[in-house]
Amino acid sequence: MEEIGLLMQGFGVALQPANLGLMLVGVVLGVLIGVLPGLGGANGIAILLPLTFAMSPVSAVIMLSCIYWGALFGGAITSILFNIPGEPWSVATTFDGYPMAQQGRAGEALTAAFTASFLGALVGVVMITFVAPIVAGFALRFGPPEFFAVMFLSFAAFIGMGRGSPLKTLMSMMLGFLLAAVGMDAMTGQLRMTFGSTEAIRGFDFLVAVIGLFGISEILSSIEDGLRFKGQQAKINLRVVLDTWKELPRHWAIALRSSLIGCWMGITPAGATPASFMSYGVARRMSKHGAEFGRGRIEGVIAPETAAHAAGTSALLPMLTLGVPGSPTAAVLLGGLIMWGLQPGPMMFVEQKDFVWGLIASMYLGNIVGLIVVLVAVPWFAAILRVPFSVIASIILVVCAIGAFTVNNSEFDILVMLVFGLIGYVLKKLDYPLAPLVLALVLGDRTEEAFRQSLLISQGDMSIFFHNWLSGSIMALGLALALWPVLQRFWPKRAAAAA
Amino acid sequence: MSTTTFQAIPSARAAGIGMRAMETATALFFLLAGAVAMADSLRLGSGWGADGPQSGYFPFWLGAVLLLASMGQLIAVARTRGAPDASFLTWEQGRTVLTVLAPTAIFILLIPFAGLYGPAAALVAWFMWKLGDFAAWRALASGAATAAVTFVVFEIWFLVALPKGPIETALGY
Repeated sequence: MEEIGLLMQGFGVALQPANLGLMLVGVVLGVLIGVLPGLGGANGIAILLPLTFAMSPVSAVIMLSCIYWGALFGGAITSILFNIPGEPWSVATTFDGYPMAQQGRAGEALTAAFTASFLGALVGVVMITFVAPIVAGFALRFGPPEFFAVMFLSFAAFIGMGRGSPLKTLMSMMLGFLLAAVGMDAMTGQLRMTFGSTEAIRGFDFLVAVIGLFGISEILSSIEDGLRFKGQQAKINLRVVLDTWKELPRHWAIALRSSLIGCWMGITPAGATPASFMSYGVARRMSKHGAEFGRGRIEGVIAPETAAHAAGTSALLPMLTLGVPGSPTAAVLLGGLIMWGLQPGPMMFVEQKDFVWGLIASMYLGNIVGLIVVLVAVPWFAAILRVPFSVIASIILVVCAIGAFTVNNSEFDILVMLVFGLIGYVLKKLDYPLAPLVLALVLGDRTEEAFRQSLLISQGDMSIFFHNWLSGSIMALGLALALWPVLQRFWPKRAAAAA
Repeated sequence: MSTTTFQAIPSARAAGIGMRAMETATALFFLLAGAVAMADSLRLGSGWGADGPQSGYFPFWLGAVLLLASMGQLIAVARTRGAPDASFLTWEQGRTVLTVLAPTAIFILLIPFAGLYGPAAALVAWFMWKLGDFAAWRALASGAATAAVTFVVFEIWFLVALPKGPIETALGY
């Protein structure tokens, strides 16, 4: 049980007063960006990333991961009180959460959501503690073909498991890969798709893209139907919390089932959103009161929240062990690690033990801090959305511009951010998924590198990707997922039974 | 194919841009991106060089997949012709979006000339005055306060230098 010892050391690092303080700051900032329109986990962390450059990597990642937990908690607040899902995986929470708030049971819904999130994340972190070292040990034997196979599988999962149109998923992904290829080719030094522009030689920074795609576009789409938010009042006090907690143990089976669904789905990219819907659907189907779902059942809040947080946490597992993030927010965290000179992947578990276990320990503590903060401060956070839109929106726009600038100290990047904002606005309205675009932009260079190195080894023979059972089976699974929408069309009956 | 879909705007919905027109335009944009990527990759060489796959090898196939997927999408959109079209953006909504988008664009375009702080203060003041119905003096004061807080947080606490214009230079920064 080497893990337990390392984890205890990690707690030692995370429990230093300075780091505890950063945790608190991180959680508060995280809830704040989770609540504010236009600032979600991914672009919020992207904006705050430059502020951490002066810190030690351990402290920085503790703060950033706590921002992540905070943002996950914050998403539930807007879903329940304002019927605005902060993140795609909070959509299912609105089904029963908002009706509960309309019936004046907002406190109950919020307590249930926060507690469920906490439990889901806890199960996810426990899973990471014990599974991550095994996966990392396994991945140490990976060569370029295996890495390419893992990337291929991740992207295929978007096509096979995404909820939207597979064609649109594929288009959005390819655009991301192409944007990643813009600029200097690291292997040959040739300029690709720069068309004479000196600004384009650096290529597109995905952090700038994320701020535009998720931040600016969100502001634009949220104001279409008027310049204000309408929400329910939140009254939450110790009595409501304790009463709800007394109620919750009855739903342990739902929580456990949803956590497992979340962990399982979260490891593959694009997992959190389907996990939350799937978990909601399963809870409704298995409940005696299934017909009352959608009108304010507490189970309808517990199930998706637990699954979404279990999945959101599990998304960090492939990021840490393989360097393949499972969500846009995990991708931004990965970008942060790279900026601090850490190379996420199996070697990190060997060379940076302090860092890895400090991070994992901070996941446990950050969740506890997060739960306390949100339960205590929910009315204040909800009050933020009652600040006039004109004030919030203009400040968020300024913050986004600052965030885009600080990534590379480039004024041109602010303009790039605006363009990405417009692209994101249109794509989102047409139901093009943005997550594959962002992940392709992040992983594009490394995917290409793994692909080219593999072909160099085999002298151009594509069968290298099937050269052993390991990469062969990963590739086969990826192909099956990528072709899943086509297969579904030919065998509609069988696919319907499987789904 | 595209020209006919652009014309097909049924009268049932509010005036504005139709969903089908926008779907078509977006798919054409992706198609163009795919074609451009393929053309540029061919220029660089998309085959097998002396030292392995050439620079254009990977992007060429990405572009090809994008091109094919966009064509598929165009066909899928064209197939929905005849069915009632939904609204992408009514003119009314478009105007609301523009009230936010236009000042933002001006703000961003001003940054290289005037630095970040001045335009940021102006943006906050404009939003509050024009969109929020605040009194002009309160809007201006809030804008200035935002700029001042930003300055303290970034330049002094976190030591992050943001773009500065002539006013900041005159003040000695």
